[in-house]
Amino acid sequence: MIADNPWLDGLVRMGIVAVAVPLAVIILTYVERKVIGRLQMRLGPMRVGPYGTLQAVADTIKLLTKEDLRPQTADRWTFELAPFVVVVPVFLALVTLPFTAEGMVRDLGLGLFYIVAVSGVSIVGFVMAGWGSDNKYALLGGARAAAQLISYEIPLVMAVLAVAMVGQSLNLVELVDAQGRVPFIVWQPLAFVIFLVAGVAELYRQPFDIPVADSEVVGGPLVEYSGIRWSMFQMAEFVNLVVISVLGALIFLGGWNWPLGREVGLGLQLPLIFVKASAFIILFMWVRGSLPRLRIDQMMAFCWQVLLPFAFLQIIINGWVLVYDWPDWVLGALSGAATLAAGYLTYRAAHQMGEPVPPRLRRAGSVL
Amino acid sequence: MSYEEVIFYFVAALTVLGALGVVLARNAVHSALFLILALLAVAGVFILLSAEFLAIVQVLIYGGAVTILILFVMMLTRVRDTPSAAGELDGPQRPFAALAAGAFLAISVLAALATDWEALGATEEINPVPFEELGEALFRNWAAPFEVASLVLLVALIGAIVLARHEEGE
Repeated sequence: MIADNPWLDGLVRMGIVAVAVPLAVIILTYVERKVIGRLQMRLGPMRVGPYGTLQAVADTIKLLTKEDLRPQTADRWTFELAPFVVVVPVFLALVTLPFTAEGMVRDLGLGLFYIVAVSGVSIVGFVMAGWGSDNKYALLGGARAAAQLISYEIPLVMAVLAVAMVGQSLNLVELVDAQGRVPFIVWQPLAFVIFLVAGVAELYRQPFDIPVADSEVVGGPLVEYSGIRWSMFQMAEFVNLVVISVLGALIFLGGWNWPLGREVGLGLQLPLIFVKASAFIILFMWVRGSLPRLRIDQMMAFCWQVLLPFAFLQIIINGWVLVYDWPDWVLGALSGAATLAAGYLTYRAAHQMGEPVPPRLRRAGSVL
Repeated sequence: MSYEEVIFYFVAALTVLGALGVVLARNAVHSALFLILALLAVAGVFILLSAEFLAIVQVLIYGGAVTILILFVMMLTRVRDTPSAAGELDGPQRPFAALAAGAFLAISVLAALATDWEALGATEEINPVPFEELGEALFRNWAAPFEVASLVLLVALIGAIVLARHEEGE
């Protein structure tokens, strides 16, 4: 408790999060450009400030002062409110996201479920942006965004539920404590992989940037936005990146606990969660820099034919192990075997991609 | 007024505004967006009643998925997406709809006023139901009705796929 009055306490905590996270976002935009640059054997931004460190500040100032345009034929309120509908749910997720054992705005009993639920609302914003812009590309992008988000939300929820089954809680603090000496990634590798893939899809990052692909739908829902409204979408994406990364670190990597499960003080909790979340962020950037974009029918087929059945498989495995009280290593072994199977299926499918697309799939792709 | 009352009236006003928007908006997509507002505000009412789980499910299912599907259907089935001439969205059934809605409102209000809540065990205090208990009830005591409901949904899903496939002429 920071202050005695619960309202004041909540306000102070919210204030800290609301300042710290956008700052982190500004830094992340720079980090991303640097990392992607290095992956492509470039230096990335170098001109503004030493090693280009002030580039992010310059970008921010540019975006804030740029003219905020609205197409004449756009649906005024839908167009102007869309960025808020995208940004607000993402910030709502931060309410219960614990950065340390005490470092959250409010500790909700259903925190894990809450985060998944509120982040889903930002789909509405993307659809509003796509429809309100009165632009064919934006509409296509909005429809793609909705299709992708709804599809990948299901495996994401299932993977998270698999963890909740083993941890016997939906409270993030209790889930971190439940991991004890061994983080859940060891017992639930399949859920972890599903979470990772669905997480990338929820963030619209390569290879799942189909809704905002510049070479297909010229930016999708964002095509008509500029200046501060565009930067709100950008901010939502990066805040979401932070949320997914911290969430992954909490429920799969043991959160603020030392890998061997030793209780550590606040001094180590923050660095530990920072390192674990950063690992996720760097991984997401690495994936972005290495993998080509999926085709839309591949994206949908991968979700419904690979991720979803395997997510159910993980839940069934968890059910067996919990009901029959088998030892933990059985859980890890079964889940690991299933992960290998999923990987093999994906590998085989990727190698058959040279063959012509069946007409049915081609039509499915052409709708979007 | 207590904090709770202030929040309740705010959330209730949002719900009513959203609901009115659904009915009065001239544009079908705007109606769907107002529907989202109304449904999310109802989630707020659930939170005030300490039904956190219900509120979160409301946001997850209705706030996100269902309304998006409605929007999707409207965007892909060529509902007029330009602000249309007045009267396109409502037809001759308008007085009947008003009558039915008014009658339902009257019945609900009368029923709420006529019920002897204290005899039914209602108190001033709200007793939150832990979600573990909710899960017990749903998957143990009432597992059969739950499974039947999901089976019905599955049948509807398969039916929809069959119909959609049929239209494509395969």
